[in-house]
Amino acid sequence: MANKYIPHTEEDVAAMLERIGVGAIDDLYSDIPEEVIFRGEYDIPAAMSEIELRRHFEDLAAKNKNLKIFAGGGAYDHYSPSVVAHLLARSEFYTAYTPYQPEISQGTLQYIFEYQSMICELTGMEASNASMYDGATATAEAMMMMVASAKKKNRVLLSSTISSHVEDVVKTYAKFHGVDLTVVPEKDGATDLEAIAGELQAGDVAGVIVACPNKYGIIEDFSGLADKVHAAKALLAINCDPSALAVLRTPAEWGADIACGDGQSLGMPLQFGGPYLGFIACAKATLRKMPGRVVGATKDADGKRAFVLTLQAREQHIRREKATSNICSNQSLMALYATIYVALMGTKGLEEVNALSCDGAHYLCGKLIATGKFRMAFDRPFLKEFTLRTDLDVKKLNEYLESKGYMGGIDMGDGLVSFAVTEKRTKEEIDEFVALICEA
Amino acid sequence: MEIKENIRYAESHEWVSLEGDIATVGITDYAQHALGDIVYVDMPEVGDEVTAGEEFGAVESVKAASDLYSPVSGEVVEINEALEDEPGLINQDAFANWIMKVKVSDAAELDALLDAEAYRNICEE
Amino acid sequence: MKYYDKLIFELSRPGRVGYELPENNYAVEGMKDIPSDLLRRNSPELPEVSELDVVRHYTNLSNKNFGVDTGFYPLGSCTMKYNPKINEEVAAMPQFAALHPMQDAGSAQGALELYWNLQHALSELAGFEEFTLNPFAGAHGELTGLMVMRSYHMARGDHKRTKVIVPDSAHGTNPASAMVSGLEVVEVKSRPNGSIDIEDLKPLLSDEIAGIMMTNPNTLGMFETEILEIARLVHEAGGLLYYDGANFNPLLGKVRPGDMGFDIMHINLHKTFSTPHGGGGPGSGPVGVAKHLVEFLPNPRIRKDENGRFYVDSSDSSLGRVSTFFGNFGVMMKAYAYILSLGKDGIRNVGPMATLNANYIKESLKDSYLLPIEGACKHEFVFDGLKDKSTGVTTLNVAKRLLDYGFHAPTIYFPLLFHESMMIEPTETESKETLDEFIDVMHTVAKEAAETPDTVKNAPITTLVRKLDETTAAKNPILNYRALRENMN
Repeated sequence: MANKYIPHTEEDVAAMLERIGVGAIDDLYSDIPEEVIFRGEYDIPAAMSEIELRRHFEDLAAKNKNLKIFAGGGAYDHYSPSVVAHLLARSEFYTAYTPYQPEISQGTLQYIFEYQSMICELTGMEASNASMYDGATATAEAMMMMVASAKKKNRVLLSSTISSHVEDVVKTYAKFHGVDLTVVPEKDGATDLEAIAGELQAGDVAGVIVACPNKYGIIEDFSGLADKVHAAKALLAINCDPSALAVLRTPAEWGADIACGDGQSLGMPLQFGGPYLGFIACAKATLRKMPGRVVGATKDADGKRAFVLTLQAREQHIRREKATSNICSNQSLMALYATIYVALMGTKGLEEVNALSCDGAHYLCGKLIATGKFRMAFDRPFLKEFTLRTDLDVKKLNEYLESKGYMGGIDMGDGLVSFAVTEKRTKEEIDEFVALICEA
Repeated sequence: MEIKENIRYAESHEWVSLEGDIATVGITDYAQHALGDIVYVDMPEVGDEVTAGEEFGAVESVKAASDLYSPVSGEVVEINEALEDEPGLINQDAFANWIMKVKVSDAAELDALLDAEAYRNICEE
Repeated sequence: MKYYDKLIFELSRPGRVGYELPENNYAVEGMKDIPSDLLRRNSPELPEVSELDVVRHYTNLSNKNFGVDTGFYPLGSCTMKYNPKINEEVAAMPQFAALHPMQDAGSAQGALELYWNLQHALSELAGFEEFTLNPFAGAHGELTGLMVMRSYHMARGDHKRTKVIVPDSAHGTNPASAMVSGLEVVEVKSRPNGSIDIEDLKPLLSDEIAGIMMTNPNTLGMFETEILEIARLVHEAGGLLYYDGANFNPLLGKVRPGDMGFDIMHINLHKTFSTPHGGGGPGSGPVGVAKHLVEFLPNPRIRKDENGRFYVDSSDSSLGRVSTFFGNFGVMMKAYAYILSLGKDGIRNVGPMATLNANYIKESLKDSYLLPIEGACKHEFVFDGLKDKSTGVTTLNVAKRLLDYGFHAPTIYFPLLFHESMMIEPTETESKETLDEFIDVMHTVAKEAAETPDTVKNAPITTLVRKLDETTAAKNPILNYRALRENMN
């Protein structure tokens, strides 16, 4: 009966059954109708020892191909300092439960407080929660937050320049939650601000969601937007990249009420799409409608500084169906990831990461255009990701690049292809990448 | 526990007193006791329409939240802004620290509410 | 050891760095092409610290935490089982960690196969046709499952079904997920033992009911013995049954929710399948459905073609997308490793041993703690506080006193069915010795409550920090370092 995860010896079981006063473990299931007891055999493999398990994973791993990545699309191949993985492996962090017992959870509570502080510094906002699932769901939550704040209005405008996966998730939430979502068309690769102003005229808009950098990698100019949105008694949310916010104008500087997005760009492993880190931060005025856990500072009975989950009366375990959100967790360990990463890099390190990525992207962009096979899709500023137009067969090109160990740009359809460069790419890799494209 | 005479009560533990066509609304001493330390009062905005029997806000303690139901219908003409900074005032004196004032649309609605004695009976149940 | 209470921001010294990057040899200044209006005006105030500063700081913080590796969690409804180390090792393999989610399926066959194998194993273990692994957590799984439920009715043109029945004893996430998915909650009362009263249920069933959300065993750890009749009635009324997998652990290896008549369920991989709770996440909340609901599963779906190749599929009948990519893939890797480690036979012991452990604690402590519901429980049970109510010692006091003795507290004041609820769930990975030690301590605390009640009421006293002022924290929220600094001045 015993195995390495179940410690019960036969003597243990016998002694325990005797204390309980039943003859067999099955007696503890005697209240279950016989017809629902599973007597069949599961179609899953027999137990593997650690040696066999490692071999199985190595076999699976061999079916993956690790590539030099020149794509982004919401997942960026940034450098991750060795220290982060080492500290994350401390089991006092990863085997802990949600910090509901603050007296024995100060480690978790304190790093969440530091995380919230860093998100506030990067976004410029006044309050951050303890993190969300991913950037797309955080944006959907921002939408629900705006509707909840507006009380009687349920229309939200979403710029079509937001990443298509984020758009899809926001649409899913809107459809079921009953939000009247209008996707506002773009103009030359950026949000059509006049179209938004037009939609605001109706007076029925609860909030507006835009993105920067947008799905083309373009850094959008939101001059005047916040004033127009606020004049219409609506809220403004900006989906943003926290790594890029070390250098780009912040949501707060644009006058936004909510900042949201994905923190994967803070050095997190690509890991085939997750776990990443959703974040949401807001101005004080909308704090009470912000979903999710929040950690605050306080004192203990002896006057020592300590941290605790606070503002809990907003949450589902107290408000039930009247909560703004159903979220009942955070991506805590990924928030720790971001915290350690940002602590190591600091402002200067993040600025360097952005400069290296930006310079690399501009270098690649220039070389690709010089091949004559690509042209700029839009004449707008970009940071680490950019979109070009081409007459090449992108699918075929990418297959060729993959065979040479490279992941090419993302095929956005209609001859558009987007590339990304991070500090992990070298000039030599870019040169080779472009050479491969020329010979393809 | 204090119950003030000569004002009206809702079964959901709000009190209301009428002067002219302006109703002053708060929560009862019984309710503030049950909730414990109040940390936040979610108030309506001036100009909002409230309806008798329907929600108009909420009060929160550290680990509980309680919706507020308006005892009368009408337009909110004033809210008690002091509660924004010091929600604990309600714990100090629930009757002095009202939450909102409403210009009532139908004063007869108050007749359907409880008087002090009927409310006392409910609290003692 | 010295008490450590610094924030990383307080270690900051101008000019100190904790990183090194390659030299920039591009001879291109990309940033100069960005108009200054689009650039940040004020730099963020982030820590300036050395690598060793960071390592010591977070190591010190980790020492202020309790985890499964530190000690026992009798935490009801949370299934705090051991988190195997090999799972962490395989999940960190670079061939997966460096995989971009938008790589062509051809270059990610290993990852796609793992996803498919795990969804297949979960389908086998829970009795469903197919699982999506995309939802990020239990609550996200609930939401996704309810979206499946609504999509099913909408696809049939049955637009009247906008209500969902939820027991009053349910976890708060159930009604909150219903609200987010656009469903109105109709509560059905629980009987004293926490089970659903069929006579109370019947009048609620109508052509406006989309379905019912249930856990089984229920929040008191008791099996809903009338589940087959409930399933028959709900289906007859045109509704679907949703199974909240928070309580799946005692049934693993014994009963499959799909065989009880449930149409949809979510599983918390961080409960039943041993992946770490991570101090609150990341978790994973796969959703399984019966055959007639497969077409509504969220995009993207991983499928297998006739040649055994795996591909990423999207369909219009799907409820839509609920995650940017494929969910918390790294978490799935750990759950998959766990299933393979136990294997098809070993896994059959999970539920029974968890159930044995829970009953053992229950029977050993019911002399000192009030057991409102007699009879065999499953993975967990609820005490209504101490048996002796004359001491004035509350469930909260007992919970805090346990911290002094090196145990985590049970889940307290849930379910709401009793005033002094204390919900205890041991899981199968705890040995008899650990349970005996816990039982002894619980008896000691009961004795203290009778003899020196103030000792219990003042608990905890040995923890790094003591009782916190939560009222001030909520009244005057200080949520970041900037606010903390201002507050200190």
